[in-house]
Amino acid sequence: MNIHEYQAKAILRKFGVPVPDGHVCYNGASAREWAKRLGDGPWVVKAQIHAGGRGKGGGVKLARTSEEVRLTARDMLGMTLRTHQTGPDGKVVTRVLVENGCNIGRELYVSLLVDRATCKVTVMASTEGGMDIEEVAAKTPEKIFTEAVDPLVGLTGFQCRKLAFSLGLEGKLVAKAVKVLEALYTTFIACDCSLLEINPLVVTKEGDLLALDAKFGFDDNAMFRHLQIADMRDFDEEDPNEVEASQHDLSYVSLSGNIGCLVNGAGLAMATMDIIKFSGGEPANFLDVGGGATIERVTEAFKLILSDRNVKGILVNIFGGIMKCDVIATGVIEAAKQVSLQVPLVVRLEGTNVELGKKMLADSGLNIVAADGMADAAKKIVAAVKGEGK
Amino acid sequence: MSILIDKNTKVITQGLGATGLFHAQGAREYGTQMVGGVTPGKGGTTIDGFTVYNTVSEAVHHTGAQASVIYVPPPFAADSIMEAVDAGLDLVICITEGIPVLDMVKVKQYMTGKKTRLVGPNCPGVITPGQCKIGIMPGYIHKPGKVGVVSRSGTLTYEAVWQLTNVGMGQSTCVGIGGDPVNGTSHLDCLQMFEEDPDTEAVIMIGEIGGNAEEEAARFVKENMTKPVAAYIAGVTAPPGKRMGHAGAIISGGKGTAAEKVAVLEECGIAVAQSPADMAQALMRVYRP
Repeated sequence: MNIHEYQAKAILRKFGVPVPDGHVCYNGASAREWAKRLGDGPWVVKAQIHAGGRGKGGGVKLARTSEEVRLTARDMLGMTLRTHQTGPDGKVVTRVLVENGCNIGRELYVSLLVDRATCKVTVMASTEGGMDIEEVAAKTPEKIFTEAVDPLVGLTGFQCRKLAFSLGLEGKLVAKAVKVLEALYTTFIACDCSLLEINPLVVTKEGDLLALDAKFGFDDNAMFRHLQIADMRDFDEEDPNEVEASQHDLSYVSLSGNIGCLVNGAGLAMATMDIIKFSGGEPANFLDVGGGATIERVTEAFKLILSDRNVKGILVNIFGGIMKCDVIATGVIEAAKQVSLQVPLVVRLEGTNVELGKKMLADSGLNIVAADGMADAAKKIVAAVKGEGK
Repeated sequence: MSILIDKNTKVITQGLGATGLFHAQGAREYGTQMVGGVTPGKGGTTIDGFTVYNTVSEAVHHTGAQASVIYVPPPFAADSIMEAVDAGLDLVICITEGIPVLDMVKVKQYMTGKKTRLVGPNCPGVITPGQCKIGIMPGYIHKPGKVGVVSRSGTLTYEAVWQLTNVGMGQSTCVGIGGDPVNGTSHLDCLQMFEEDPDTEAVIMIGEIGGNAEEEAARFVKENMTKPVAAYIAGVTAPPGKRMGHAGAIISGGKGTAAEKVAVLEECGIAVAQSPADMAQALMRVYRP
């Protein structure tokens, strides 16, 4: 799960990480009012969407008067912002963050994440703030410094100091950096983050540290103990089908092809997408219905797949381990009837009672093609979608 | 022989709720020595022939179990793993899906220097066909034999096993290591055990996008393994930045793509199946029983 920058900064403020004063606004007039309340300016108006690269797309602008804040906010609200992370359709801006500007001296980079290799939270810092960190890692890896944290001890003072000195900080800034790093680690643990990125962390000309931008990723598995954070979820920022899927406990990701897939198990679902591609087709989605392919779940899954207008055919691939194939066949037939399926449907069943399941599909009177194995299933759905055979 | 478990393995179930009980019964029917269960507060009772204990150490003391299988809900599962480690079990298999990553980070640190091996979480379990089944996999698709299987995915493992069984190749042990980013046993750990197991002659390794555990395992194959290895990597068509069902199945920062993994695997002499329908075929390119 992701959140907006203004929400991220509110969380950081709570944990003692210095951030610029600011407020979220939904129209030009309130932007002007908040600018006046915040201080003397200049101010920065920042479009709030869940994507990076906003500056280059015109989503971050400086304003010198409160009237300029109003005009900038008015123009930004409602505009479609396209960045390298939004995709070609872009995202509509519905809220802006108005905050005090600052005198930037240096721009640094800090992030925390769970490193899979060490199974530990790792703090990463770089002198190259404001840049794409992946680019820095590729071109100048020597400018990135890392510290792995012992989870039972926490981030230690010496680790923070090592990072601060590596960043070339001196004097009072070292102690300030230690405080910021400790606060970031506390935030990361307290909120069950999967990623916390401050880019840039600026050193102001006045000699302070300030988190100018903030990006959070949260561990979906831990949201049960963070209901306040879960409430920050902005459904407008997500694919509507993926939101719908999550409400039915289906794991779904939309793709750009035209063959819908309905599969049990995440690995098999990915493999099914791959074999469609391998057979000359294009998958329209990833969909894992989970362990039990009940009528309700399969019906919801069909509805979801069919709400994508690009879908010209559906491949159902179920490896019925504990579930029996006749039960799954019943689910598929009932679901196909309920949604009055119009596109070709190829079903591959494997497991207990497979012959009975196949017979039920054949006798259903519906336009269902039974397949033997994954390769056959993929071949059949690709042919059906291309209109080469029934 | 086999790895991790065999006919002598005594197993307790942690979390004898509806799901745990269902699979404990299934394992017992398969022939596994399911010697009891742990549900705090229900100690002293019996559920369908399973004696229930309040704590894992109590259960171990009375039953002599060497292994446990965990079906405890995600908020409490990490604690259950640590309890099993504390009780000195050799093997803990955690089926639970949805454990917070930071809980697992703590568990990993807690386990350092202790003798217990953890498999999972978020996995189907481990089976040594014909001898011992611990987990949620359907027993009948397996057949005793000489091929080791290790995988991050459940149903995709069944697919591989089914392909093997259909061409007459049985399995020594099949290990589902789970789809989480922080887990107990890695691909590499399993390959090492299969290499040392006299009754395993070849291995199928099934991986997916995210992380670099498959690459690590591949380098081990190249440098240390004498037995033939085939592989399949799921997620060639997965878009970057999207979590594909499993918590660990995500291409982040352009890293962990299937193409990248396949390239390294092939470079290390592993027979990679391009299509998931050809996993057994890929193994037959490098191994004839």
